[in-house]
Amino acid sequence: MGADLNKQKKVSEEVKITARGVNVFYGETHAIKDVDVDIRNHTVTAFIGPSGCGKSTFLRCLNRMNDTIDICRVTGEILMDDKDIYAPDVDPVQLRAKVGMVFQKPNPFPKSIYDNVAYGPKIHGLAQNKDDLDHIVERSLKRAALWKEVKDRLHEPGTGLSGGQQQRLCIARAIATAPEVLLMDEPCSALDPIATAQIEELIDELRKKYSVVIVTHSMQQAARVSQETSFFHLGVLVESGKTQKIFTAPEDERTQNYITGRIG
Amino acid sequence: MNSISTLMPLFVLALAGLFYVAGRARARNIAAGDFAALHSRPEQHGMLALLWVLLAGLSSYLVILIFGNWLITSSLLSEISSANPDLSGIEAQLVLSDAKAIAMDTVASRQGDLRSAIAARYTLLSTVLVWTMVLVPVALGIATGLRQMQNITLEWRARNRSETILRGFLFACAAIAVLTTIGIVLSLVFETFSFFNKIGWRVDKYLFGTNWSPLAGVTEGKMDPERVGAVPLFAGTLLITAIAMTVAVPIGLLAAVFLSDFASARVRAWAKPMLEILAGIPTVVYGFFAAITVAPALRGFGESIGLSVASESALAAGIVMGIMIIPFISSLSDDVINAVPQSLRDGSYGLGATKAETIRQVVLPAALPGIVSAVLLGVSRAVGETMIVVMAAGQGANLSLNPLDAVTTVTVQIVMLITGDTEASTAAGPAFTLGFTLFCVTLVLNIIALRTVRKYRELYD
Repeated sequence: MGADLNKQKKVSEEVKITARGVNVFYGETHAIKDVDVDIRNHTVTAFIGPSGCGKSTFLRCLNRMNDTIDICRVTGEILMDDKDIYAPDVDPVQLRAKVGMVFQKPNPFPKSIYDNVAYGPKIHGLAQNKDDLDHIVERSLKRAALWKEVKDRLHEPGTGLSGGQQQRLCIARAIATAPEVLLMDEPCSALDPIATAQIEELIDELRKKYSVVIVTHSMQQAARVSQETSFFHLGVLVESGKTQKIFTAPEDERTQNYITGRIG
Repeated sequence: MNSISTLMPLFVLALAGLFYVAGRARARNIAAGDFAALHSRPEQHGMLALLWVLLAGLSSYLVILIFGNWLITSSLLSEISSANPDLSGIEAQLVLSDAKAIAMDTVASRQGDLRSAIAARYTLLSTVLVWTMVLVPVALGIATGLRQMQNITLEWRARNRSETILRGFLFACAAIAVLTTIGIVLSLVFETFSFFNKIGWRVDKYLFGTNWSPLAGVTEGKMDPERVGAVPLFAGTLLITAIAMTVAVPIGLLAAVFLSDFASARVRAWAKPMLEILAGIPTVVYGFFAAITVAPALRGFGESIGLSVASESALAAGIVMGIMIIPFISSLSDDVINAVPQSLRDGSYGLGATKAETIRQVVLPAALPGIVSAVLLGVSRAVGETMIVVMAAGQGANLSLNPLDAVTTVTVQIVMLITGDTEASTAAGPAFTLGFTLFCVTLVLNIIALRTVRKYRELYD
């Protein structure tokens, strides 16, 4: 019994989020069918699959962003640190502070660069005083590899940055609230190749502190940045496992077809 | 006879329609089945013919309509004065109008040989005019149409040419709007100058004087500068506008926030139209609502707590005006709040912000330019509003900033001046001057609004 408990604990240190039998409905549409996924600590997990396969929808279950859509219904079990995040006593607002999110299109707030990053820490009361806040902003921008470019214009609007800089600003904004998991929904799809390379480098860096889940259309990107890959097709999780294995020796024929470009 | 000339625009239109069909058919013929060889599609060839026929027919019709009558009048007047050189201008005019009356078989002030002769001339000339009005546009239209038919070739750029004509038409429409504005402003300016002239250019007395009863001091076309102080009117307008905005801005804005971010789709589906119905209520209804229901209620309430409230109070008019403005602010703000991209809201929720934090710190700042312009639009409405204040605010020009007193506004005084029994030429001066001042105030407000909006735009987009 004691050994069992120990083993359980060790596993949960490894696995950050466990999803079992997750179904998502948009009104009548059954968008996600019976998905089981494990998200590990200090690992980049990539969700790949053709458009409309449900990978973004599933990602949005992990921080309960789907709650903001009226007609969306989620069933099944998603455990984070062995605690059901859909339990009635969990406040989605607090959950989202622990599970940060970066969106497909850079969406900086119409505020200064500084205020964009300080937004999360301010609403969660993470800073005791102005110095603290300055410190958090600086650290987050440094971690998002943006500090050097913006340190002299922190009080200019965040919307004035280039696309790639805006996306890094959004990453800085997400990590400023000290999340444990970072969800990224096609973070590079609106960016040029140089900005994409910078973000990918950054994702690898972020893995040291957070577990990162990234939805991507680009299989090369999944291969470059992730250690684990899950392949979705038509709302079903077809296959998941080590990235290297998925890309070199997939077990399912559909995965094989997708990564060789026959469906998509 | 006259009815034919009135119906002429319709004939020209029908003619143009015929040439549309003809032009299209000719272009098809020339293309001989290979429509790709045509520079413009057959319909566009037809359209160019149609536009030219309309242009030629209608413009010749308008020119004849405007100058024809003028020509007849002046030639008849010169005939009258050559037949009877002793007549003065006004007498000649009288003869002419008698002659016209005879020609139309209505009652003339006097009969006579000269009058009958001129009447006969008039009948003849107007018949000629009517026929000119019928034949010239048709002839010109047909000629232009045939000319266009000849132009149709494979390379003929009918599309580009008709686009040029349409662009000219659009420009003319825009020019009408702009010219009307300029005309109104100019007439305001001239009347204002003549009014200032009447008070001996004591503009300072008008702008800073506190005694308003302009018609009491009229002597021999001059006005007493001591009695044209407009300050009480503007103070009253300001007071009522302030009260109205105090009511309308918070309620309207919060209603907009509720509608856009909290209401379910079903609530929104009936609540928004209901709010917009408020905007459709005629202001005269609000006016008697204010005068008959709100003002006495306020007075009764004031008495019960020991305050003396005038039976026509700025407060009553202001509150009702505020209610009238609510739908403007809520509807416009709701639109701009809805226009804030969902991605910004998602970004905020994704950071663990609550709905209230998201709205206060992300949505409202992003929507601010639109909200500012909605509020300033509301202010313009309040400043220019007339019916409510005429009925509920009072007429005496008291200088008071106490909302429980009766005050008067600029618009009320304009109404009093124009509808009063003083002759128009005297009353128009102060009325136009007040109107012009009000126009300047709203203009400045609009400029400020545009500047603010532009400044925030630069920050937020």
